[in-house]
Amino acid sequence: MQPYLLEIKDLYLAREGHVLLNNVNLALKPGEIHVLLGLNGSGKSTLAYTIMGCSGYTPDRGQILFEGRDITGLSLSERARLGITLAWQEPARFEGIPVGKYISLGMKESSRQRVLEALEAVALPPAQYAYRAVDKTLSGGERKRIELAAVYAMRPRLAILDEPDSGIDTLSLTDIERLIRRMADEGSTVLLITHRDELAEIGDSASLMCLGSIAYVGNAEETRRFYREHCQRHPMPPEPMTLGLESKENQP
Amino acid sequence: MTHAIRFTPPSGEIAPAWAGELKAMMDAYQQAGGDPKVLELPQVATLVISANQVLVAHEIPGVHFRAESLPHGVRARIWVEPHTRLAQPVHLCFGLLPAEGIQEIVADYEIGDYAQVRFLAHCSFPNAVKVEHRMQARIQVGRQASLTYAEEHFHGPYGGTVVVPQAEVRVEDGGHFITTFALTRGRVGDLRLDYHVRVGAGGVAELVTKAYGKSEDTIHVREVVVLDGPGARGLTRTRIAVQDRAQSRVDTVTEGNAPGARGHMDCTEIVRGQAQASNNPLVIVRHDQAQVTHEAAIGTVNRKELETLMARGLSEDEAVDLIIRGLMR
Ligand SMILES: Nc1ncnc2c1ncn2[C@@H]1O[C@H](COP(=O)(O)OP(=O)(O)O)[C@@H](O)[C@H]1O
Ligand SMILES: [Mg+2]
Repeated sequence: MQPYLLEIKDLYLAREGHVLLNNVNLALKPGEIHVLLGLNGSGKSTLAYTIMGCSGYTPDRGQILFEGRDITGLSLSERARLGITLAWQEPARFEGIPVGKYISLGMKESSRQRVLEALEAVALPPAQYAYRAVDKTLSGGERKRIELAAVYAMRPRLAILDEPDSGIDTLSLTDIERLIRRMADEGSTVLLITHRDELAEIGDSASLMCLGSIAYVGNAEETRRFYREHCQRHPMPPEPMTLGLESKENQP
Repeated sequence: MTHAIRFTPPSGEIAPAWAGELKAMMDAYQQAGGDPKVLELPQVATLVISANQVLVAHEIPGVHFRAESLPHGVRARIWVEPHTRLAQPVHLCFGLLPAEGIQEIVADYEIGDYAQVRFLAHCSFPNAVKVEHRMQARIQVGRQASLTYAEEHFHGPYGGTVVVPQAEVRVEDGGHFITTFALTRGRVGDLRLDYHVRVGAGGVAELVTKAYGKSEDTIHVREVVVLDGPGARGLTRTRIAVQDRAQSRVDTVTEGNAPGARGHMDCTEIVRGQAQASNNPLVIVRHDQAQVTHEAAIGTVNRKELETLMARGLSEDEAVDLIIRGLMR
């Protein structure tokens, strides 16, 4: 058996002279909850999109391995079919697609029971939500809960949760923690991205992202302390760092 | 000759010569998304017109039909008495079964003051190879009255239909007019929709138009909303998808002519293959307390929407298809 479900090796991504990911290394064991901490703008979402295979996020260098297999060249759909999925920080909206249908999209076998369970897990009454559209009439918080429900319903091998706690009004941190634990209990490995260190407690392991690099890896408590002492006291500059010499054209 | 057909049961008492045609019309009705069983309910007002024949005109208290045959269609007057409230929508069914022909419906709708009604119209041309359907409607929505008019079309697979729905609508003070036009299954053929709506004080007009053009289909939507009364509100929502070599053109005009008038035009057109689409919103404001806004998204499917669905395992084509089907719902 592979020691790691996901392994990221020396990932490097630059855009227009800005280095967004700089030699990122990360390894997730099967079944663990790994917390990726970092301030706004540190590159967490960029890493999530790169792992997921979104367009425009093809790394300039480095490898992404899933169960030991190099998936760096696979399309987004192919990665999703291997069981990788992403709960978006700001999920898209869709006219005319009912919530229930949206939640069932990733399920191998469509099950009404599972859709109801997923809605209940994010505290949205199914009777009120299942037939509504995933469109602009939902609040940002409702939309985010539906995104989490959809990921939960899918039973992914790897769930990348990008700031699941941001913008969710009434769902408390404890509720989100419970849901994440439930995902892990059902066999999902979770990459939990957040800039709020309160949520870090839940992690089996954690790493800290800073200026597009992994600055610290350790257990949740250590990483959280490091984050508090070194990052939160020294907020990031608003612009990403410019490393003209390391732009794509100049790479060997 | 004008004939009034009162309280004709939709089944049973139909002239035998029409029975076969009615059956075929009901099949066509079903293809356009209707449920034929509903037409048999005695509490549902129903008007069924095939070519230039009125097959069924079933009235209920408060809802009346007068119809007269024209060489190529029917002239109809449909009126709803003031204060009428209906639990079930009025069902209209227009169609032409042969592969070729012309159907022209000249219709006068009058919704009395304070009445609240819904109309469900299905227009079916299931075998159309060379069919022309013209609808010339004059619609009067009375004071504080509410009319919801949903029209769904089915033109079959051949693309041989020219459809020209034209409506001149007057919404009196405090009236509500909400209309949905959908042509999303089968071929469009050639659609030339032209609606003109004038809205009085505190009145509301909402026009939703959806069409899915394929092959050589052409879609032309023209909607004019004139907000004449203080506090009048107008919304046009246009959702078009075109693929292959289909063409779509959406011209919407909203005029804000009175204090507190609020108008909005919202157009999404998804373009695939060799298809082309355009949107020309025109805003005219004649009062400094009026406001009209518009938004449009024309072109390919939004990347983030696509990738969101693909992250659940859908292929890109499946994701595009789901997004378009959602938009057309
Ligand atoms: N598509 C892009 N092109 C250029 N720069 C980008 C792009 N997306 C994000 N960035 C920049 O990369 C940095 C990291 O952004 P992001 O990954 O969203 O951070 P986080 O998720 O940690 O808040 C930010 O400075 C942001 O402005
Ligand atoms: Mg982010």
